Amino acid sequence: MSSRTVLSSDDIDRAVTRIAHEILEANTALQKSGTANLVILGIPTRGVILAERIAKVIEKAEPGVDREQLLGRLDITMYRDDLASNPTRSVTETHIPSQGIDDKVVVLVDDVLFSGRTIRAALDALNDYGRPRAVRLAVLVDRGHRELPIRADFVGKNLPTAREERIRVQLTEADGQNGVVIES
Amino acid sequence: MSNLKNLLSAGDLDRDFAIHLLDVAEGMADVNDREIKKLPTLRGKTVVNLFFEDSTRTRISFELAAKRLSADVINFSAKGSSVSKGESLKDTAQTLEAMGADAVVIRHHASGAANVLAHSGWINGAIVNAGDGTHEHPTQALLDAFTMRKRIHGTASAGKGLDGVKVAITGDVLHSRVARSNLLLLNTLGAEVHFVAPPTLLPANPSNWNAKLHYSLDDVIDLEKPDVLMMLRVQTERMNASFFPSEREYSRIWGLNGERLLRLKDTAIVMHPGPMNRGLEIDAVSADSPKSTVLEQVANGVSVRMAVLFTLLSGERATDVS
Repeated sequence: MSSRTVLSSDDIDRAVTRIAHEILEANTALQKSGTANLVILGIPTRGVILAERIAKVIEKAEPGVDREQLLGRLDITMYRDDLASNPTRSVTETHIPSQGIDDKVVVLVDDVLFSGRTIRAALDALNDYGRPRAVRLAVLVDRGHRELPIRADFVGKNLPTAREERIRVQLTEADGQNGVVIES
Repeated sequence: MSNLKNLLSAGDLDRDFAIHLLDVAEGMADVNDREIKKLPTLRGKTVVNLFFEDSTRTRISFELAAKRLSADVINFSAKGSSVSKGESLKDTAQTLEAMGADAVVIRHHASGAANVLAHSGWINGAIVNAGDGTHEHPTQALLDAFTMRKRIHGTASAGKGLDGVKVAITGDVLHSRVARSNLLLLNTLGAEVHFVAPPTLLPANPSNWNAKLHYSLDDVIDLEKPDVLMMLRVQTERMNASFFPSEREYSRIWGLNGERLLRLKDTAIVMHPGPMNRGLEIDAVSADSPKSTVLEQVANGVSVRMAVLFTLLSGERATDVS
């Protein structure tokens, strides 16, 4: 098995910072209320960490942001379409900001965009929590091979890959180090 | 173990798997708090509630759990069905199999009925024991453990067991499937179990039970200082002999009342699996006090049963019957 690093720790930091600013920019264009109606939801496990990092950048850029209302997490295990064939996964906590997501602009955050099935599940899950004004998608890596008509609005890096290759995203909070590696 | 096919006994669960189930239940509890209390997870699956014995909360709880996971639910009770015409368990089971039941939740007055169903080859679906005679009631033990864990660890309970927690189970231990299942699961999770009952209501040979036996509730409260006091229902319907002289005497010696409640630790909780005989094993003051978790137990029951159904019904199912 060979592996090569495609994003270094610094690359990831830069990508996260850029995504955060792009989210702010797009949000300002869409709604005048600024970040008050913006909600960032991370998809476990690494999407949650990335969402936290994005929120941190936004807080720095826009002082006075209410972190409680900005950041949340969305567990999509129960909405997956492959529960029948995959071994049981653990359900983790979902946290939606107390003001809910009705009429908010929700940005879903995940580490890798591949088939698009996780995001489909996330859209279904969101449906049960309310009716957002718009849903956007931010991913660190888009590796192609979509199986559903889903695309990302904010992308850290587009990585053309072969289907058999594995992308491993490592983040300090979960793995002790930062980096994106392709294994084949 | 992670591919559990049936849930027949609390003893089937090892520590890791029991904690995993409680953690999944934690996620399900979130669903029960939100506005749309429904998940699409078990869409297209059929859950049959096969109840040969009267039950309100267990049946409703399983029904609600299955419905919140989008499964179709069929309620079958022995009264008003072909069973009253003399149909055997085998024929009933095969009928359900022919209709394509993915899970059968069974309550039966005979100990071991769920086990027979699971190993008979009559039915391929997952079998969940919802109480068999005086034998076991594993989902009750799970919801009790879940309730204790939540009261003790609060929001930080994920991944934790019940190590060192002292649980005193009081009352009709002899006839109680709740006591039996609780003993097994609490031992697995690291808790210390004490049984308190009149000698006539303790099993004849308790030597292979990993629990301490006491005859006096007052001694247990004052000397053992339990973290959890679980009162069991006096099961008059199973009492074919006189196990204690009178209800008043039972209530005076083994019942929980306001005075005994005050002597419990500040952090102690009072549990009861329901239905309560108010005035017999527990008085109104204790049942309605902030220490009482009776209603939490009911609410948690739905979350725990959702976790059980989800775990049994998702993932690849083995098609062979062991």
